[in-house]
Amino acid sequence: MAVTQPAATAPATIEVRGLIKEYRRGTPVLRGISIAFPDRGITAVIGPSGTGKSTLIRCINRLVEPTAGEILFHGVDLVRLSRKALRQHRRRIGMVFQEYNLVERLTVMENVLSGRLGYLSSWKAFLRRYPPQDIAMAWDLLDTVGLAQYANQRADALSGGQRQRVGIARAVMQQPDILLADEPTSSLDPKTSVEIMELLSSITDTRHIPVIVNIHNVPLAKRFAGHVIGMAGGAIVYEGPPGGLTDDQLNRIYGGENWQE
Amino acid sequence: MTDPAAAARPPAFLPNWPARLAWLALIVYSFYAASILDVTWERFLLGIENGIRFIGRMFPPDTGTSKLQLLAKGLYESIEMAIIASALGIVLSLPIGLLAARNLMPAWITWPMRLFIALCRSFHQVIIAIIFVKAVGFGALAGILALTVASIGFIGKLFAEAIEEISLKQVEAIRATGAPFMSVIAYGVLPQVLTRFVGFATYQVDSNLRNSNMVGLVGAGGIGGTMFAAFQRFDFDFLLTILLAIIAVIMVSEALQNQIKKLYQ
Repeated sequence: MAVTQPAATAPATIEVRGLIKEYRRGTPVLRGISIAFPDRGITAVIGPSGTGKSTLIRCINRLVEPTAGEILFHGVDLVRLSRKALRQHRRRIGMVFQEYNLVERLTVMENVLSGRLGYLSSWKAFLRRYPPQDIAMAWDLLDTVGLAQYANQRADALSGGQRQRVGIARAVMQQPDILLADEPTSSLDPKTSVEIMELLSSITDTRHIPVIVNIHNVPLAKRFAGHVIGMAGGAIVYEGPPGGLTDDQLNRIYGGENWQE
Repeated sequence: MTDPAAAARPPAFLPNWPARLAWLALIVYSFYAASILDVTWERFLLGIENGIRFIGRMFPPDTGTSKLQLLAKGLYESIEMAIIASALGIVLSLPIGLLAARNLMPAWITWPMRLFIALCRSFHQVIIAIIFVKAVGFGALAGILALTVASIGFIGKLFAEAIEEISLKQVEAIRATGAPFMSVIAYGVLPQVLTRFVGFATYQVDSNLRNSNMVGLVGAGGIGGTMFAAFQRFDFDFLLTILLAIIAVIMVSEALQNQIKKLYQ
């Protein structure tokens, strides 16, 4: 279906054009966002609560339906895809959630393997008949995140940091071309937050896939991101390297200045 | 006197006059209804005397070989009916409950499903059994069908409600992997409701065991028919044997239920 374009003009992995989202008619949460996300490294999306960061990231894989605009994934507009075609493209988009969203009553191993569900018939998935290479990959990933000894424990037995690492393993299990992370550190303590960001950083380095992270913590964003997008009021007000984020820029993003030290 | 600020405050607990009047009305009406229905103390004493004589005639329980064979045959048929009806009810109410869950399905599917479940629940098993006896004739088939309908009504309704209470975040995460719809159900929905479903199902098995005795009274097979015949022939000692056997079956089922629930913590 997708005709590959000449390499010279290879499209960005994810590009958003004129994206508008209104949950209620007439009150847009996103007011025409256009960005080509960089193909490497971590891109941090920062901005105050309620400014549409989560909506933006959820529009990318259409967990939230955009009101208008285009979401180009390898040049294919996801917004116009049928349900079935959308599912096939979602397989290549990994997602990590603020509250981990693991299936609590399934084991850690089942949660990691659920990243392969898009590639498996429902019947085989129900009977847990995964191909051996999937199971091998799951073990490797659990080793990478240091949780192999918990493989047969239920997900609700783990701590927050451990759950988030399982959540990341599940997303990587999809062998995605891009990773979306919606506030992955907001429910975690500062030390664990850094560990999670380090893990995401190592994934973008070793797998050469872009990671888009919504994040509240500005120092953490500056430390790990190669590219920063600042949002305010449903629009982009800053785009550039983390070094360019001056106090003035931050005031434009968050408004006021009393919150800064 | 007391401090004026306290006097100005409203009382901490306001009297609920409508509720008080409703209770009073209920009590008055109960006495009135009892007087009309000829429920008197003398009548009650006479009844007790009668009851003691009746219970006396039940002892000792009849354990003659022919009676025990009759008992075993009826009881076995009742248990078979209960198990078949439960199995059918559980298998059918899984998809029906799923289709009736308003958080997963569009309204045009949930409405007819909820209507169907409500229909299954609207009549007592005995009434449904009478209808099926008329439709398919005397015997176990009518009982099985009646109990199956009741099982769908009960498990289907509670299962749909359990699904409506699940965490959609877990479902969303599975959807985000590009999983097909049935896999989303198998991984995102079922694990969240499985223990509750097992709970409803075992409860329904238990309830079917008890109700399979009931439907026999109207000719839908099982020990109920034998029991009714014993009543009619004033065979009260055999009646006691039947009652004791039913109690034993219910107790064994209770113990089994606990074991099954442990399997699924």
